[in-house]
Amino acid sequence: MTGLALGFLGSFGDAFEFIFSGQQSPLARGEVGGLAQVWDLLVTHVALSAAAMALGLAIALPLGIYLGHRGRGELFAVAAGNAGRALPELVLIALFVAFVGTGFDNVMLALMILAVPPILTNTFVGIRQADRTAVEAARGMGMSERAIALRIELPLAAPTIMTGVRTSAINVIATATIAPLGSVLTLGDFILSPNVYGDAGVIAGAILVALLALSVELGLAALQSALTPKGVKLQRAAADTA
Amino acid sequence: MSVNLTLVGQSLAEKLAGDSSDQCIQDNGAFCFNWIAENFSDRYVTPTLEHLYLVGFSVILGFLLAMGMAVLSHRQRWLVPPFIGVTGVLYTIPSVAFFFLLLPITGRGVDTALIALTAYNLQIIYRNIVAGLNNVPVGPKDAGRGMGMTARQMLWKVEFPLAVPEIVAGLRIATVSTVAIATLADFAGGGGLGSLIITGSNITFKTNILVVTVLAVGMAVIFDILFLLAQRRLTRWQTAGESRGGSKRFGAAMARSRAA
Repeated sequence: MTGLALGFLGSFGDAFEFIFSGQQSPLARGEVGGLAQVWDLLVTHVALSAAAMALGLAIALPLGIYLGHRGRGELFAVAAGNAGRALPELVLIALFVAFVGTGFDNVMLALMILAVPPILTNTFVGIRQADRTAVEAARGMGMSERAIALRIELPLAAPTIMTGVRTSAINVIATATIAPLGSVLTLGDFILSPNVYGDAGVIAGAILVALLALSVELGLAALQSALTPKGVKLQRAAADTA
Repeated sequence: MSVNLTLVGQSLAEKLAGDSSDQCIQDNGAFCFNWIAENFSDRYVTPTLEHLYLVGFSVILGFLLAMGMAVLSHRQRWLVPPFIGVTGVLYTIPSVAFFFLLLPITGRGVDTALIALTAYNLQIIYRNIVAGLNNVPVGPKDAGRGMGMTARQMLWKVEFPLAVPEIVAGLRIATVSTVAIATLADFAGGGGLGSLIITGSNITFKTNILVVTVLAVGMAVIFDILFLLAQRRLTRWQTAGESRGGSKRFGAAMARSRAA
């Protein structure tokens, strides 16, 4: 048991040494790891994920608002979410590598396809479930349909939409880990190339990817809370105490 | 038959092309049906069965653990937030990272993959069980209480049966997601359909990638349909108007599956 615990601590200790000061490569091709390389791969990882998320949002958000407001295409919005779940991330990357090509742009497109379904489904559901009395009141006050969608339904749907954005972001960051399969060197390279980085590099990569995902999740949770209208929060609090 | 003499840097597709008299394979075509017919039973059956094992085992184990946690937290309400928090953190860690964080503890192999996959299921299933129990209408609960039911009778005879639609919706989402995530299990040495992509240079071998896509997506769709049928069968007691809202409820369950 002690041996196991020591081995466990040893592996993680080596991993931290790998991150902060680097190590000799097992292939003896010089130093690997260290903060400079970690920073390089981290920047690529974040840039790739952010680009894919921006594209995904630009497609899914307007489409979801439009369909949700019109009450059309429920089958499509739900089916898109379903299909997104059923298509494995690894298979999607493999399809792009085999049929489209490798490199930053191609992998980014693959990740964008991954980002769209949860945002689309949640935007649709959120807009549809926006309080009907608030919408009717707005219509009675003579607001245009566009204003109703953007100024009444969208803020009310914000918590649900942000849940979808969080799902997408986590999924995209997780999948960017296997981007080295498509020749884009993200933090996943530490994990997927044990010959180059050694066992310490593998564990270090896993720690870094996990920390990145957790911090993005925490950041987006804070953003979600900030974007939730006060009225909706009060309503929820009232429902919780009832 | 063209024999490739330059073996250095040769991809698997090229190597196969060298070994194969099939022109389609030599050209790395996408729809080499003859090759598929010849190689399917040798190459694809075992990974498919491994995949089914990974999914089946982790969903069943995740369900049992989630039910245990739900029963516990139903009695001790204060346990709900920590349970949601812990399963949520486990769910947030990317699966590839999860596999390798477990390596120093559990080593390479199918066990490591099963632990990580079960952790993912746990979050989805537990959240849906809790939501299902919370959404049980007050009427039946009052009736049960009026009939003198104990807390345990209420839970097993009133609340769980009424929560079945949402529990099954959770199982459906968990199973379909796990079919997808289990393709990564081979990074942990767990085999499955992902091994057909990750091993060697198979990732550029078009016919192979298409076969894996059809197998993985097909498996997810079949599970999805089976759970949909189960959902319908288990909720027959609902009125026609209510059951038509099935897709809506599923949409809500999907939207909630990651709610904070």
